[in-house]
Amino acid sequence: MNNDKVIQVESLTKMFGDFIAVNDITFDVNKGEIFGFLGANGAGKTTAMKMLIGISKPTFGKAHVAGFDVFTDAENIKKNIGYMSQKFALYDDLTVKENITFFGGIYGLSRKRIKEKANTLIEELGLGNVANQLVGSLPLGWKQKLSFSVSLIHDPKIVFLDEPTGGVDPITRRQFWELIYKAANQGTTIFVTTHYMDEAEYCDRVSIMVNGKIEALDTPKKLKEQFKAANMNDVFLKLARG
Amino acid sequence: MLPIIFVLPLLQLIILSNAATFEVKNIKFGYIDNDQSSTSRALIEKFNASTYFDVLTDFSSEAFSNAAMLKGEVDVVVEIPRYFERDLQKEKHINLGVTINAIDGAAAGVENVYITQIVQDFNQHLKVDLMQISDKQVQPINIETIPLFWYNETLNYKTFMVPGILVLLVTMITLFLSGMNIVREKEIGTLEQINVTPIKKSQFIIGKLFPFWVIGMGLLTIGLIIAKIIFDVPMVGSLALMYFYTSIYILVILGIGLFISNFTDTQQQAMFIAWFFMVIFILMSGLFTPIESMPKWAQIITEFNPIKYFVEVMRMVMLKGSGFMDILPQLLKTLLYALVMNGLAVWSYKKTT
Repeated sequence: MNNDKVIQVESLTKMFGDFIAVNDITFDVNKGEIFGFLGANGAGKTTAMKMLIGISKPTFGKAHVAGFDVFTDAENIKKNIGYMSQKFALYDDLTVKENITFFGGIYGLSRKRIKEKANTLIEELGLGNVANQLVGSLPLGWKQKLSFSVSLIHDPKIVFLDEPTGGVDPITRRQFWELIYKAANQGTTIFVTTHYMDEAEYCDRVSIMVNGKIEALDTPKKLKEQFKAANMNDVFLKLARG
Repeated sequence: MLPIIFVLPLLQLIILSNAATFEVKNIKFGYIDNDQSSTSRALIEKFNASTYFDVLTDFSSEAFSNAAMLKGEVDVVVEIPRYFERDLQKEKHINLGVTINAIDGAAAGVENVYITQIVQDFNQHLKVDLMQISDKQVQPINIETIPLFWYNETLNYKTFMVPGILVLLVTMITLFLSGMNIVREKEIGTLEQINVTPIKKSQFIIGKLFPFWVIGMGLLTIGLIIAKIIFDVPMVGSLALMYFYTSIYILVILGIGLFISNFTDTQQQAMFIAWFFMVIFILMSGLFTPIESMPKWAQIITEFNPIKYFVEVMRMVMLKGSGFMDILPQLLKTLLYALVMNGLAVWSYKKTT
């Protein structure tokens, strides 16, 4: 197995009854890469992602994440990945600090380590004033940044972000991408789905899913050349319309 | 939420324990005195003196008393025959006609016993006839009972009901809280976040159980304090034993709740299922109706009713002072139940779909 490839997917398929949600997809993701996973609503992005993070069993195909098989070793995958869902999924009725402590605890961090993590994390995000406030009372943008930081609390090899910037203002979106870059620079692989084509430009490589299949996969620059488009938006429209 | 969890059940305990009584009081009493003698008046005076009988109506004939009973103005009519005094003195034997409104069969039974006791008390040689309004057949009964009420000598229904109602409240709160819990996290989306962490299934279930277990034990404690202070319920047995049993019992209920929670997708579904079991558990627990009088098949079902065991144990330990060996059968069954339900709860919690 190639150590530089942290995600290896081969002919991965998920069927719900007769419906093929994810149809025979094959791709690799390199270590430290920001991998954009694009597609229209209902194209199968979230389903594919759920198989990779070990909460949905593939119907068939092969997939290794962080070196572990998704069929047999899902729990080991979970130790090595972070995940941030499209729905905000920290506990609204816990404070910022309590959420950090809770998830730190679940990932088996020591008390001391959790305390350090909590302090740096709160400082980096500028949440010092609201550290003891219930997360439910924070604005969405803040929550999303917190959620991202919590998904990185155990220094995972790969972090999966499912539409992390949905419904967030442009400034916060920009700050969010700064966080993503920072994590990537520290060697974390980023696997991100998005609907914003300007965000797709930030990715090292981009795949575009249409009706459960990956129709294009390359760097944004090469995709634009290939489809003779001025920007990623045009690339996406050309593909999604068929 | 926490104040609601504690305040509401304790209010229920206070209200229900006072209201849910099987004592038949304020019986509307009427009589037909065909004798108008000093003996007959003395008998009526006996009823008048009783605290159970309330309104005394003097009917001139059976026609009036029947009409009154039809309208519900009277529950019990005692008819004193002519020559009551004379026959009683001469023959030492007389029949008395008693008519009871038996729509509520249980109450009618209790009223019959009250009347019999009063009459027997009045004269050892007097016999009471129970006249049934439907067929007017006179069925003489001559019962002599010497009641000895053990463990609850004053027949105080609160003594009987308070432990039972406390059991219901502890059960209800812990079942609903645990039943709503995991499914609520499914709805919010936090469960998915938990599922992508390496947390073990058993760790997750134990983490879910523990806070509700503490709440359940807290409720029991406050409930026992109220039982002692407000209702003065005797606590003959060992408190430690009561707590030991309850600590296992709550695990059964929490296991059932979490099992329900795992199988449902919305809180509404969980609520309906929890209610379904709760109603069956309550009505088949032996708290309100004795299990011995249920049909055979129903008695078999009650074997699977955890509330039944809890009610039995609480009454045994609190009122009779039963020890560890006495409640061992219930304890073992509850323990087995707890193991099975929590095993199912862990098993049914799936981190992958």
